[in-house]
Amino acid sequence: MPNLTANLAGIKSPNPFWLASAPPTNSGYQIMKAFDAGWGGAVWKTLGIPVVNTSSRYGAVNYKDKRMMGFNNIELISDRPLSDNLREMEEVKKYFPDHAVIASLMVQSKKEWHQIVNDVQNAGADGIELNFGCPHGMCERGMGSAVGQEPEVIKTLVGWVMEVAKVPVIVKLTPNITDITQPALASQMGGADAISLINTIQSLVGVDLDNFVPYPVVDGKSTNGGYCGPAVKPIALNMVKNCAIHPEFKLPISGIGGIETWRDAMEHIMLGASNVQVCTAVMHYGFGIVREMISGFEEYMIEKGFETIDEMVGKALPNVKDWEDLNMKYEVKASINKDKCIGCDLCYIACEDGAHQAIRIPENSTNRIPEIIDENCVGCNLCSLVCPVENCITMVRTDDGSEHETWKDYQVKDKAPNTFDDERAGGRGHYVPKPSDALKK
Amino acid sequence: MAEYNQPSTLEEVEKNFEQIKPLMNSTEAYYESGRCLFCYDAPCVKACPTGIDIPLFIKQINTGNLNGSAKTIYKANYFGNTCGKVCPTEVLCEGACVFNEQGVKPIDIGRLQSFATTKAMDKDLSLSKAVEKNGKKIAVIGAGPAGISCACELSSMGYDVDIYEAKSAPSGLVLHGVAPYKITNEEALKEVEYLQRQFGFAIKYNSPVTTHEQLTDLEENYSAIFLGIGLGKTASLLIEGEGLTNCIGATEFIEQMKLNPLQTFIGKKVIIIGGGNTAMDAASECARLGADEVILAYRRSKAEKRAYEFEYDLAKSVGVKGMFNISPVAILGTEKVEGVRFTKTEVIDGRVVPVENSEFDISSDMVIRATGQSKMIELLEQIDGMDLDRKGRILVDPESFQCKNPKYFAGGDAVNGGAEVVNAAAEAKIAAIGIHNWIIGEETLGG
Ligand SMILES: Cc1cc2nc3c(=O)[nH]c(=O)nc-3n(C[C@H](O)[C@H](O)[C@H](O)COP(=O)(O)OP(=O)(O)OC[C@H]3O[C@@H](n4cnc5c(N)ncnc54)[C@H](O)[C@@H]3O)c2cc1C
Ligand SMILES: Cc1cc2nc3c(=O)[nH]c(=O)nc-3n(C[C@H](O)[C@H](O)[C@H](O)COP(=O)(O)O)c2cc1C
Ligand code: SF4
Ligand code: SF4
Ligand code: SF4
Repeated sequence: MPNLTANLAGIKSPNPFWLASAPPTNSGYQIMKAFDAGWGGAVWKTLGIPVVNTSSRYGAVNYKDKRMMGFNNIELISDRPLSDNLREMEEVKKYFPDHAVIASLMVQSKKEWHQIVNDVQNAGADGIELNFGCPHGMCERGMGSAVGQEPEVIKTLVGWVMEVAKVPVIVKLTPNITDITQPALASQMGGADAISLINTIQSLVGVDLDNFVPYPVVDGKSTNGGYCGPAVKPIALNMVKNCAIHPEFKLPISGIGGIETWRDAMEHIMLGASNVQVCTAVMHYGFGIVREMISGFEEYMIEKGFETIDEMVGKALPNVKDWEDLNMKYEVKASINKDKCIGCDLCYIACEDGAHQAIRIPENSTNRIPEIIDENCVGCNLCSLVCPVENCITMVRTDDGSEHETWKDYQVKDKAPNTFDDERAGGRGHYVPKPSDALKK
Repeated sequence: MAEYNQPSTLEEVEKNFEQIKPLMNSTEAYYESGRCLFCYDAPCVKACPTGIDIPLFIKQINTGNLNGSAKTIYKANYFGNTCGKVCPTEVLCEGACVFNEQGVKPIDIGRLQSFATTKAMDKDLSLSKAVEKNGKKIAVIGAGPAGISCACELSSMGYDVDIYEAKSAPSGLVLHGVAPYKITNEEALKEVEYLQRQFGFAIKYNSPVTTHEQLTDLEENYSAIFLGIGLGKTASLLIEGEGLTNCIGATEFIEQMKLNPLQTFIGKKVIIIGGGNTAMDAASECARLGADEVILAYRRSKAEKRAYEFEYDLAKSVGVKGMFNISPVAILGTEKVEGVRFTKTEVIDGRVVPVENSEFDISSDMVIRATGQSKMIELLEQIDGMDLDRKGRILVDPESFQCKNPKYFAGGDAVNGGAEVVNAAAEAKIAAIGIHNWIIGEETLGG
C-alpha cells in the first residue's frame, strides 16, 4: 500500500487531506468528527477578536442540474470566544496527537499577534496559519486581504509572528492580487515556513431579479463576498503553480481551492502543493468525501508506482512552460469516430460558428454524422470538448515529430510576423468563407 | 400470436432472452454516476442487504477510480457483479433512492455496480491483501452464492477452504435458476472464476455430501463446516396427475432450460401454477421459448401474489396471461398432460377455500408447478443436533449464523427459506466472521 503521510514544513499528518479554515472547523466537535472520518489535518476557523456575523451569509452558482458549482460567503472569522476554542483545541490534540491541528489567526497589533500565537501554541497547535486573505468584512478593518495585498505589510506581520513562533508558520494568501508571487516572496522574506493558497476570490454570485438585490440578501441589501468551490480550481491551480515555479521561492505550499475529488487534490499536488485543504466540498457533502479522496490516491499511486506523496509533489511542473517555449511545429487534427457519434452535431455548430469552419455535415447525409475538413482544422480542440460522447472526437497528431520550433526560434529566424499584412501571418493560408456565404445557408 | 418464435439456434435463444440490464458503456456510466447526490446516510445503502457504500462507489466511477469503485463493492458483497444484474433493485437500493420522492428516475445503481465490477474482473483487479495462512481448514457444502461468499471471506482471513459441490458447475441457482434475461451463464460463471483466482479456495465438483459417514469425516478434518446447500426440488401439489409426462416442477424446468435451451420441451399452451417470482420467471421463459399461450394460475387474488409487481409486469409484457383465485384440482390426461381441472377459490380469514361447484377445465399440453422448493431435510437429518423450524429452515444464531450443533454454520436459502442472491451473500459473510470468532474463542478456551 502506498504511504499517504504528508509533511508540510515539518507539520506531519497521516494523509495530505486537511480541512481549510472555515465553518467545518468551527469547533472541536467538528474537527474530531472529521479526524474520525479520515481527515489528516484541520486548520481551525480563523481566531482573533470574535466577530458578529449577518444572518443570510452564503450564495451559490448552480450549473444546470449541478448545485453549488461555485460558492460565495460574506462570513467573517470565528464568532466564538477565544478561550472556548483554545480549550477545545487542547482536547482535540489529546485525542488525536498524530493529526495536524493548525490555528488560523487574524489580529491587528503586534501585541495581539504575540499573545494569540502564544495562546494557540500553549493549546497544542501543530502549526499556525496567518489569514491574510479574507476578501470581505475584515479587510475594511485593515485585516485579511487588506494585509495580503501589501507585500511590505505581510513581511512585517510575519516578522512579528516569527518572534514568538515555536511551531511552523503558514501564510495564507489572497488571490485578489495581480501577481501572487509577490506576497509569496514577502512571506518568505518575513521568515514564514510555508504558504497556503488560495483564500476566496472577491465575487458577486448573482442578482435577485425580482427585488433588484444581489445574493446573499441581508434585509434587502447585499455586499460582495468571497468565491470558492469547484469553479475556482483553475484559478487556484495557476496560482499554486506560479509560486511553485518561481525561481526565488523555496517554501512548501499547501494547495487550496476547488478541491472536491481525489483528482482535484492530485492536480494541486502535481503542480507543487505538499498537501491540500478543502472547504466547500465538505460544506456540501460532509466529512465523508475524504473516503473517495483517500481511495483515489491509493489506487492512482498503485497504478503509477508512486510510494509517497513527496514523489508526486510538483511532478507536472517540468512540463509547465512559457507560451513562447511551446513547439509551433506540433500539429493535431480532430478525428471523429463514426461508430460512436450520436449525431448531435454540436461539434459542427461549435466549429462552424465558434471556430474555423472545419466541420461539414455531408449533403444528403441520413445519419447526421459530421466530417472534419482536415485542411481547415487548426487543432483547437473545441469540437472534442463539446462532444458529449467519450473518446468520440480525438485529436490525432499529424506532424511527424521531427521538427521543433518555438516562438522564440521564430523571432530569431525572422519567421515571426511584424507588419499588419505580414505574409507570415499564421492564418494566411487558412480557408475562410466569403462573408456573403453566410446568408446563403 | 406469440411474441416470440421458438428458437432453433443459440443465437436465437440469446435474442429471445435479451438482457434487461445490459452492460453500461463508459459514457452512460459517467452521466449516470454524475447524477447521484452522494446523500448522507444514504437510504439506498440501508436498503441493500449487504450495505454496499453506494454513494462512494458511484462517486468513484465518476472520478475515474474504477478500481476503488470495484473494491468498495466487493468489500461488502462478493457477488457484486451478479447482484447488479439479478437483484430486485426496484424493491431494494433503487426503490429507496431519494429521486423516487421527486418522481425522477432513481439512479441505475445495479447497472453501475455491474459496470465497475465487470471492469475489475476483466483486468483481474487484485482484491485481497496477501494474508498469511493460519493453517486451519474449513469445509463448505454447496458452491452457491452463500458457499462461495463464505469461502471468500474465510480465505481472506487466512483459512484454507474446500467447497463440496454436488453439481459439476458452481454458482448454485444463479447458474441453474435465475432468469437468463437477467444474467447469462457466462457471466454467472465469470464472477466465481474471478473470485476463485482472487481468493484461492478449492471447489470439489460432483461431490455431493449425503451420508452420515461423509459428514463425520468432514467434522474430523475441518475446524468448522458451513452449510450453503440452498433448497431442494419443487414441492409436490399432492393432486392427481402430477406424474403425467410434461408436468414438471419449475426449478427442474428452469435448470433444464438454462443448461439446454434447445433441447427443452415447451408446450404450445403452458399452464404455470403458482404466484411467486419463480412462477413469473417460468412463465416469461416459456413465452420466450415460443409457447403460443402461457397462463399463470394462482389460487389467491392478484393483490396477494408473492411475486414482485415488476416481475408480473415483465411476464405480462411477453404475453403471459394471469388467472387468479383458481386452484388446480387435478392434472388431466392419460399419458401426457392434456389439461388442468381447476376450482374457483375465495379467501376467507386468510385461508383459501374452494367455491362449491365451480370446477372447470383448461386444456393444455404442459404444466409447470411453481409451488415452492422443498427443504434439504434428508441431509440435515444426518447431522447430529440440528435445529430446524416448522418449515424446515435451519435455525441459527442471528448474530453469527451458527447452528445448534456448534461446528456447523449456515446461510442463504437453507436458512432464510428462499430469498435473493444478495441475502445469501450477506448472511454468508456474517457466518464467516462467526466461524472465525468461534474458532478464536475455542482456542482461547482450550489454551
Ligand atoms: C427460479 C429462480 C429464480 C431466481 N431469481 C433470482 C433473481 O432474479 N435474483 C435473485 O437475487 N435471486 C433469485 N433467486 C434466488 C437465488 O438464486 C437464491 O436465493 C440464491 O441462489 C441462494 O443461494 P444459496 O447459496 O443459498 O443456494 P443455492 O444457490 O441453491 O446453492 C446451493 C448449492 O449447494 C449445492 N448443494 C446442495 N446440497 C448439496 C449437498 N448435499 N452436497 C453438495 N452440494 C450441495 C447445490 O448444488 C448448489 O450449487 C431465484 C431463485 C430461483 C429458484
Ligand atoms: C463560509 C466560508 C468561511 C470561510 N472562512 C474562512 C476563515 O475564517 N479563514 C480562512 O482562512 N479562510 C476562510 N474561508 C476560505 C476557505 O478556507 C478556503 O480558502 C476557500 O473556501 C477555498 O477552498 P474551497 O474551494 O475548497 O472552498 C472560508 C470559506 C467559506 C466558504
Ligand atoms: S444550513 Fe443549518 S444553520 Fe444554515 S440555514 Fe439551514 S438549518 Fe439554518
Ligand atoms: S459532437 Fe460528437 S456526437 Fe455530436 S455530432 Fe459531433 S462527433 Fe457526433
Ligand atoms: S439515494 Fe440515490 S441519489 Fe442518494 S446516494 Fe443513493 S443512489 Fe445516490
